Amino acid sequence: MWTAILRRLVLAVMTVVAGGLISAMLVRYAPGFGTDERQLDARLSSDSIQAIRNSNAEERNVAGYFAGRAYRLLHGDLGTSRSLNRPVRQLLTERVGVTCSLAGKGLVSAWIAAALLVFAAWIAPTPALRVFTGVCSGMLLCLPAGVLALLAIVVNGPAYVCIALIVFPKVHRYLGNLVAASSTMPHIITARAKGISAPRVFFWHVVPVIRREVLALAGVSTSLAIGAAIPVEALCGIPGVGQLAWQSALARDLPLLINVSMLVVAFVVLANSGADLLAGERSQPA
Amino acid sequence: MRGLRTTALTVAAVLLIASLAGSLFARFDYIRQDRQHVAAGPSAAHWLGTDDLGRDRLARLLHGTRVSLLLAPAAAALSMLLALVFGAAPGFCGRFPERAAKTAIDLFLSVPWLFLLLMVRAMLPLNTSPAASVTITFLVLGILGWAAPARILLARAQSLRQSDFILLARSTGISHRQLVCRHVIPNLRPVLVAQFWISVPVFVLAEANLSILGLGVAEPMPSLGSMLRELESVLSFRGDLCRFAALVMLIVIVSSLQIVADQPEVY
Repeated sequence: MWTAILRRLVLAVMTVVAGGLISAMLVRYAPGFGTDERQLDARLSSDSIQAIRNSNAEERNVAGYFAGRAYRLLHGDLGTSRSLNRPVRQLLTERVGVTCSLAGKGLVSAWIAAALLVFAAWIAPTPALRVFTGVCSGMLLCLPAGVLALLAIVVNGPAYVCIALIVFPKVHRYLGNLVAASSTMPHIITARAKGISAPRVFFWHVVPVIRREVLALAGVSTSLAIGAAIPVEALCGIPGVGQLAWQSALARDLPLLINVSMLVVAFVVLANSGADLLAGERSQPA
Repeated sequence: MRGLRTTALTVAAVLLIASLAGSLFARFDYIRQDRQHVAAGPSAAHWLGTDDLGRDRLARLLHGTRVSLLLAPAAAALSMLLALVFGAAPGFCGRFPERAAKTAIDLFLSVPWLFLLLMVRAMLPLNTSPAASVTITFLVLGILGWAAPARILLARAQSLRQSDFILLARSTGISHRQLVCRHVIPNLRPVLVAQFWISVPVFVLAEANLSILGLGVAEPMPSLGSMLRELESVLSFRGDLCRFAALVMLIVIVSSLQIVADQPEVY
C-alpha cells in the first residue's frame, strides 16, 4: 500500500511540474507574448518603453526560465506577481481558503442533491420524477458557468450554488446511469425478488457494487468544481484562486500564471489520486 | 429515442437555416445603430427590441447563432483530427507510442479546460479585428479540445489492435495502408462521429463562457456568449424579457445538440 501511495505521489509531483511547464510553453509561444498595454501609453518615454520590453526578456527562454522557477520553488520562493506587485506566495495563501470553501460547499451540495434524487428514483421510480430530474439536469447542462454566475448576481444568491448547479447534472446523470446498470445485476434482481426492502437493497447491494466508480466520479467532480470556480469567482467578484487565474491571464503575468496553474493541477491530481487510492484500497480483499 | 434525435437534429438544422436566411433578409444589420430606440422593447421594427447601443437584437441573435452553429462544428472537426493523430494513431501503432500518448493526454486533462482556454486566449493579440477574434476563439477551442476525445479514440484503437479480425487481416499479408483504410478507420468512425457531436455543444458553451469573461468574440461582432452579457443589466430593465432571448436560444441549441450526441451504444 505504501508503495502505491509513494508511486502516486511521485506521479502527482511530475504531473504538477509538467502542468506548469505546459502552461509556461503555451503562454510563451502564444502570438501575443511580450506585448504589454503600457507600451501604448503616450506619456512614457522611449527608454521607459524599452525598459518594459526588456522586463520580460528572461521569460523568452521558456526552459531556462522554468528551470530557474522550479529551483526557486524548491527553496520556497514563488516569485513576485508583475501585475499585482505582491509576492505570489502571499496571494495564493490568501485565496486558497476562499476557493476551497466555495468549491467544497458547491461539491457537497451537488453530491447531496444528486444522491438524494437518485435514491428517490430507486425507492419510487415514477415517470414524473424521471422526467422532472431529466429536464432539470438537461437544462442545467445547457447553461454555461458564466450565465449561472450572472444569475447569482441578479438574484443575489450564494456563489457556491452556481458551482453546485454546474457539478450536479453531471454527477446526477452518471450516478443515475450507474445505479440503473447495477439494478439489472442478477444478485440485485434476486434480492428484490426475495422481498428485501428497496432501501436495504440500495445500501447493501447497489452501493458496494458502484463504490469504485463513485469514488472516481468524486475525483472528476473536483476538477469540474475547480474549473467552474474560475468564471464564478471572476464574475461574482470573489477573491479566490479562480479570480486570480483570470486576472493573471488578462495581465499576462507569467510568474503568477505558472504558480496558479501548478496549484490548480495539484488540486486536480491530488483529488484524482486520492479517489483512485481509496477505490483501490477498498477493492482489495480483506 | 430515434424520433427524439431526429427532432433535435431538425431543430438545429432549422435554426441554422433561419440564421443564414435571417442574416440575408434582415431589415437591420447587426451593426447598425438605431439611436431613436436605445434599449427599446419589442416593436414592429425591432421584433426583439434593441440593445443598450440601439442595435437590433433579432439581427444580432441570428448572426450569433450562425457563428455558433457554423464555427463550433468546424472547431469540433479540428479537434477530432487532432484526436485521431494524437490518440488513435499511437493507440494502433504499438505499446511505446500508446504509453507516450496516454501520458500526454492525461497531462492535458489534468489542467481544467476552461483555465487552459482562458490562459491561451488571453495571451493572443487583443488588437485583432472582430472577424479574426471569432476565428481565433474557435481555433483555440479546436486546438485545445482534442484531449478528451483522444483518450476514447486511443482506447478504441488499442482494442482494435488486439482484436482477432485485425490479426487475421494482417496474416493475409494486407498492406498497412489497406488495413487502416479498410478495417481501422471504418471501426473508429462511430466513436469519432459520437465524439464530434459531443464536442459541438461543449464548444458552444465554452465560447459563451469565454465571451462572458470578455475573452471571446470581440465587439461589434455578436455571438451568443457576448449577447449573454446583457443579463448583467437585467435588473435595471425589469420586464424586458427579450434580454433572455440569447439565453433561450443557447438552451435550445445546446439541448438539441446534446440529444443528437446522446448515443450510449457508441461510447
